[in-house]
Order: sequence, then structure tokens, then C-alpha cells
Amino acid sequence: MKKRAEHQEPFVRMTKRASITPGKAWVIRGIALLGAIVTGALLLLILGHNPFGIYGEMVRGAFGGTMYIKETVRTAVPLLISAIGIAFAFKMKFWNIGAEGQILIGGIAASAVAIHYDAQFAAWAAESGSFLPRILMLVLMFLAAIVAGGLYGVVPAVFKSKWGTNETLFTLMLNYIALQYVKYLAYQPAWKMAGTSFPKVRMFDPIAVLPKVMGIHIGWIIALVLVVVAHFYLTRTKHGYEIAVVGESTNTARYAGINVSKVYLRTMFISGALCGLAGYLVVSGADGTLTEGTAGGVGFTAITVAWLSKMNPITMLIVAVFIAALDRGAGFQSSTGVPESCAEVLVGIILFFMLGCEFFINYKLVFRGRKEAAA
Amino acid sequence: MEQTQYAVAMQGITKTFGKTVANNNVSLSLRKGEILALLGENGSGKTTLMNMLSGIYFPDSGEIRIHGEPVTIRSPKEAFDLGIGMIHQHFKLVDVLTAAENIVLGLPGGIELDRKTAAARISEISGKYGFDLDPNKKIYNMAVSEKQTVEIIKVLYRGADILILDEPTAVLTPQESKKLFDVLRAMKADGKSIIIITHKLHEVLDVSDRVAILRKGEYICTIETKEATQQSLTEAMVGRSISLEIERPEVENKTEMLKVENLTCINAEGVQAVKHATFTAYGGEILGVAGVAGSGQKELCEAIAGLHHATEGSILYKTGDGFENVVGCKVEEIFKKGISLAFVPEDRLGMGLVGSLDMVDNMLIRSYKDHKGIFVDRKTPKKVCEDLIESLEIVTPGTSTPVRRLSGGNVQKVLLGREIHYNPKVLMVAYPVRGLDINSSFKIYDLLNEQKKKGVAVIFVGEDLDVLMEISDRIMVICGGEVSGIVDPRECTKEDVGLLMVKTGREKEAEA
Ligand SMILES: Nc1ncnc2c1ncn2[C@@H]1O[C@H](COP(=O)(O)OP(=O)(O)O)[C@@H](O)[C@H]1O
Ligand SMILES: [Mg+2]
Repeated sequence: MKKRAEHQEPFVRMTKRASITPGKAWVIRGIALLGAIVTGALLLLILGHNPFGIYGEMVRGAFGGTMYIKETVRTAVPLLISAIGIAFAFKMKFWNIGAEGQILIGGIAASAVAIHYDAQFAAWAAESGSFLPRILMLVLMFLAAIVAGGLYGVVPAVFKSKWGTNETLFTLMLNYIALQYVKYLAYQPAWKMAGTSFPKVRMFDPIAVLPKVMGIHIGWIIALVLVVVAHFYLTRTKHGYEIAVVGESTNTARYAGINVSKVYLRTMFISGALCGLAGYLVVSGADGTLTEGTAGGVGFTAITVAWLSKMNPITMLIVAVFIAALDRGAGFQSSTGVPESCAEVLVGIILFFMLGCEFFINYKLVFRGRKEAAA
Repeated sequence: MEQTQYAVAMQGITKTFGKTVANNNVSLSLRKGEILALLGENGSGKTTLMNMLSGIYFPDSGEIRIHGEPVTIRSPKEAFDLGIGMIHQHFKLVDVLTAAENIVLGLPGGIELDRKTAAARISEISGKYGFDLDPNKKIYNMAVSEKQTVEIIKVLYRGADILILDEPTAVLTPQESKKLFDVLRAMKADGKSIIIITHKLHEVLDVSDRVAILRKGEYICTIETKEATQQSLTEAMVGRSISLEIERPEVENKTEMLKVENLTCINAEGVQAVKHATFTAYGGEILGVAGVAGSGQKELCEAIAGLHHATEGSILYKTGDGFENVVGCKVEEIFKKGISLAFVPEDRLGMGLVGSLDMVDNMLIRSYKDHKGIFVDRKTPKKVCEDLIESLEIVTPGTSTPVRRLSGGNVQKVLLGREIHYNPKVLMVAYPVRGLDINSSFKIYDLLNEQKKKGVAVIFVGEDLDVLMEISDRIMVICGGEVSGIVDPRECTKEDVGLLMVKTGREKEAEA
């Protein structure tokens, strides 16, 4: 009844790598990117397009000229900041997938300040001729956004530490509440664009719009500063250390005398506040108004960014720009004849390869007849 | 099929992980119908060697013969097809399923398999070898020993005639181990061939027919158990002669360091886990704590450490010239009072340390708050780590290796080393040598004795009565959460302690 296995080595098997040098890991990522490009090219060929032409267009769409670069950066900024926010929570193994909602709430709070006071502040500025009203306006919006986003992040943390609720579902649901609230606001007379029946929040007065530096709203500077600050916060401070311990084991955290609930609340406030800040930069920087598309999936894409970067803010900077470039490049595509769905499939293929190659960074394949070399 | 006396013959097996050579040219043979003990220090490659038999790993080179035939084992399934079944150190069961469901899981037909036939076969196997198992109990309701039984039956159900058990007794009480050995003997009588890994020499001498010894990945020898002694096995394993005597130095001037009075704790299930416990720990002595597993030791330790809520009673620490009650205080509050308590919990990587962090960050667990300002200081703990590596002979690639990568003995040295470093007044250790090899165990005993000599009150929660009898100055026995007696090991026998472990104080009074 027993079957005897024939005497031969398996053709291929996988073994977990003990460790891998960063250089080798990057080579694997490079190969993956190449693989994605080739696969995408084959797909385009089958569909009867010229892959070189289309890839060229994509690169041009993302980086081919100042205007395009600006667009790419504008897309990358909220993505990067939300990804950093998400990383704070994820490092603590608190699965905050509510960045989308926190972005919107931040945007709503900033917009509320703008909608209610921009006229007064504009009048005051015109009267006094000073910069003070504008600075005050922008700072108030900023504070409103981070406090609102932060509190929106704290809510699931309170429930988790008090009653042990699952934060994944909780934060997901909060996204929909925030989105519906934006829709509701678009109907409010105080918020609505004048002279149209279309439910749309009006544009802010220019006083509530962020100034530009080198042609892009100053959010990009904030994002760069945040990358550095977040990096230090996570790796060098006591708070960052507490996040790491809580994330690995709440039991060890209690043993170490860490107040786990406090760390949950504090870190989720920061996480939500950063997402709220991203929302502020979108409404006040990029769009000049609040729309249903203010978050536009950024809160979800940011999860990919955070994950691909292994929660390292500096890597996030690169990944966020890369994904923003893909997004812009694909968008440019759809405006030049290739169907948008095709462009999205290309983005999907690239992301698939990039995520998939993490497998080869953690494991290696050993083929028959070859010794396992030192990893 | 060629006739042979060997169920398993491994020839010249080599297996490397990166730069680590886990097995170097190892040969091992298992006779049909024998119990072979596989002995070696932590990290000597025992688990790796067995994993190659059970299809988890594939050897870099070497030959494996099963019942005389050369074979290739590419997966656990192929191992099963060859009649090889392994019970791993970490159980692989589905918590929400019953024992019976876990046993048939993965077989053709799966859970849907005819439950009646399955149940009948399970009780047949249980009856045959003397297992004690309710097939309809869910795994999450099971004690560790029951889970282990499920794993063993699972393997037998699949028709294994070669069984491998990786440190099965590390998680069992002495009574449970005895039961397991009876089962193993019954299997042997039935013609099964068994390999058992254990660090406990008396178990090796008790249950095995032959002993194979590994040292640092190399095969040393195979000895007939009849001809072996604890001393000879230790020497073969360690490579030099070491003393198997545990010291019990005498210390003068014992002072009260910790007084626990009438302490009562309720566990997660709402049951009284510790009931009106009263005892005193003195500086300069080792107070052994004995008891059947799950008698409230965990809750008692955690209550003393401020990790478990006490519903009644007091825990008084000596501070300066008075005593301070810490019941109701959180860990951080106890720290703030300047009480220097060290605690080596049972769950080393789940509570005492963070497995994925490096040694420096694990040192920080006790000290990161000491540094002023918002930043953590990693320089001081790094220095401490380097000192510890040197003084405790910790084997690690460096201070920045995640502690999870270290072997069991070294993990424990990191933990105990950290706790001792902050000059505790009370040192509480729970099962400090569980899973450790002889050499590491003795290192730990030495460290505890050193602390005792420095005037620290050491509380040693243990499971091995032989060790407790030798090292403790007094033994406190707990049974069902109650202190059933505090005895002097110099004036009583192991049996006396054993009796106290199953009798509550009240029963004893009633008897008297
Ligand atoms: N999956 C693995 N990856 C890297 N090293 C390993 C792995 N498994 C075991 N080792 C190393 O191989 C050696 C032998 O380990 P192991 O077989 O677990 O020893 P034992 O079971 O005798 O304690 C150790 O040095 C250990 O660190
Ligand atoms: Mg092992």
C-alpha cells in the first residue's frame, strides 16, 4: 500500500533565505521591474499597440516636462504623507485601513474653516494689506485638519483598547461615513457653489489656498520634512521604541511598563493626523475645494506604498513617487487613444511584479543538482 | 524488499543554512522496534536532522534508507507515505476543530470522512497504546499534553511505523512524561521504531534502548543505554567532563525581602487561580516553588510583578527601612517606587523579550525610560550587551541580531542577564531551564546561586523536582492555587513534596 518515492532530488524547491544583502534585494527588484515591462509589452503587442511608443508616452506623461513633473509631485505628496501615517499604525500592528476616511475628515475640517471664514479674512487682508490674515487662515486650516484627522483615528483606538474591537473593520467603516458626509456637505447651502443646482462645494477664496514653491504647492516641502521627522521618530525616540514593542507583543509591552492603551491612542492620533494633513494639502493645495474625490483612493494606495517600503519613510519617498508616476503616466495614456482600462492593467502588472518579487527576496529557488549556496 | 534490521539509516548527511553548518556528514541508524534517544546541546542539529527525515528540509548531500531502501523525501506527505511521522516541538493543530477532526484533516476525504469509522479507529489506537483522549474535545480547550496526544495519534492514524518526537517532554510535567513513556513502550512492543529528542538525561536512561549523540552538527557516537550513565552521556555530548552536582551555598544573615500575605488572584476565566497565598522570600536564599503545571504559578508570579490584578491580600516589598504594598500598582508604578524586582517569565519571547528586535533593543525594555529627553539612548545598553556576551558566553553573531535567531539557551542568557544587570533585590524566575541543554542549565544555576550569594531573594518556579530539591533552601509547594506547604528540602524527600503537590493544605489538616 505504501508508495516508495523514486530516488531523485526534486526538480526545484524553495528555501527561506537567512538574510539578503540590500544590494542583492535591489537587483531582484530591478529584474522584477524589467519582467513587468516585458510582460506589459507583450500584452500591448497582443492588443495591437506599439509597446515602445506607449511606454515612451507613459514616461513622458509622468516626467516629460515641467508640467508633467509637477503633476506627478502633486499626486505623490498626499500619497507619501498618508503612507507615513499608515506606517505609524502598522508598525504597531494596528491595522488602520481608514486612511481614506481620515484624509476626508482632515479635508472637511480644513474646508469648514475656509468656507466659514475665507470671506472675512480676505476682507481683512485687503484692508490691512499684510500677510498675517493669510498665514492665520492657513494655520487654522492646518490645525483643524490634523486635530480632526487625529481624533478620527483615535476613535477606533479607544474602542480597541477599551473593548477589544477589531480595528480593521472599524476603520474601514469609518471611511464610508466620512465619504457620505462629504456628499451631504455638497448639498448644504453654506457650502454649495452659488448659481448651480449641481451639488458641489464652492471653491475657496485664494486666501485659503496654499502658496506655491517652484510651481507646486508647499505641501511637497512639508512631505520631505515629514519623511525625515518620521524616520527619526520611529527609530530614535522613546515613542518610536514603544510602538515597536507594542507591535511585537502587547504582553512584553506590559512587562516593560508600557501603557499599551496610551500608545494606541497617541499613535493613532498621529496616524490620523498625518492622513488629515494629507487631506488638507489636497483641498487647500491641489484642488482649492472639497470634493468626493479628495481622497480618491489615496488612502488605500498608501497602504501599498507603506507595505512595499517595509514601513521605512525614506523608502516610501521613492515608492510614492514611483506609484504617482505610474498613475500619471497611465492617465496620460488614456488621453492619447489607448483605452484607460489598458493603462490600468499595465499599472496592475507592474504592481503585481513588484509585490511578487518580495517573495524572491525572502525565499530562493534551488534547482536539482545544485548545492545550496550561502545566502 | 531487501531484509534489514534498520528502519532508518542516514548516511553522510550534510545540511547547511547559509554559513551555518547544521549537520556535517552525520550518520544515524534506527533499528526496527527500538527507542533511540537523540542527544545533543541546543543548536547541535537534532531538529534539522529529523526534519530531513520528515520531509521539511532536503539534505545538501547524503543518503537516506528506509527499511533498507534508498529513498528521497521531498515533502511531509512523502515522509508519511514511507511511514515516517514526526511530532514537532511546536504543534500544528487547528484550534477550532476537535481532536478527531484534526486527526483526519488532510487525509483523502478530509473532515467529511465517515466520522464513525474515524472515531472507531481513534479509540482503537487510544486503547491499544493507552492514550487518554476525548476525540470530540476542541483543541482550544486542551492542555498542552492533550494537544501532544492528538499529534501522536494523528501520526499513528496515518499508519506511521517510524515515529520521531522532538523534545516532547519539554512541555510536560514529570507525571505526564511518565505517561508518555508508557505509551512509547507500548508502541515499541507493537513493533514501531521511535526516535525521541530530549535534554533530560534521566529520561534518556529510562526510556531508550540506544543513544545517538550529536555535537555542533557532527555525529559523535551511538551508545547502548545499558552501558551509559548520566556522566558518560554528558561528556560525550559536551566534549569534556563537567560536574552534575548543583551547588547550594550557605548564606548568613537572611533578611525579609518580600512578604506576600493572603494573596488571591482571579484568572482570565474568572476562576480563583491563587487562593490566599502567604509566604516570605528572604534575601540570600533560593525559594523553590513546586507544583503541578497550571496550579497558579503563572498568576502568582505575574501578580508579584504587577502584571496581574490581585483581588485580595498584599504584596510587601522591602524598601529602605520599611515595607511597601504594591497591590494595585501597575508595572511602571512599581518601577517608580524604586523597587528593584527582576522577573524572568515563563514565556521568554512572548513576554520577557521581543523576538524580532536585537539584543540592544531588548536591553532597552528595562531601561529606556531612564534616559532623559525624548530620544532613546542605545549606547549604554550596547555596552551592557557586549559585557553580557562576554561574561555569560552568549553565542550570537552580534548585538544587532534579532534575539529570535539565537538558540534557546542563549535567549535565556540574554533575558536573565538583563534582569540581573539592574541589581535586583528580588529575582523571580519561572521555568528558567525549560528546553535548555545541560551545559546552559548549569550556567543558569550558577547565575542564580551567584545572585543568592549577593543577598538577592531568588524565587525559582520549577518543574523538575530533582533540581528544586538540590538548589532550593526552602520549597514552597502550591496545589490548586493554595500554598500546601513550605518545606526544607534537606529534611524531606521528593515523595513528600510530590504528595503536597496533589494535596491542599486543608485536606492535610483534615487528615491530621
Ligand atoms: N531554518 C534555519 N535557518 C537558518 N539556520 C537554521 C535553521 N534551522 C536551524 N538552523 C541552525 O542550525 C543549527 C542547528 O539547529 P537545530 O537543528 O534546531 O538544533 P537543535 O534542534 O539540536 O537544538 C543552529 O545553529 C541553528 O541556528
Ligand atoms: Mg531542536
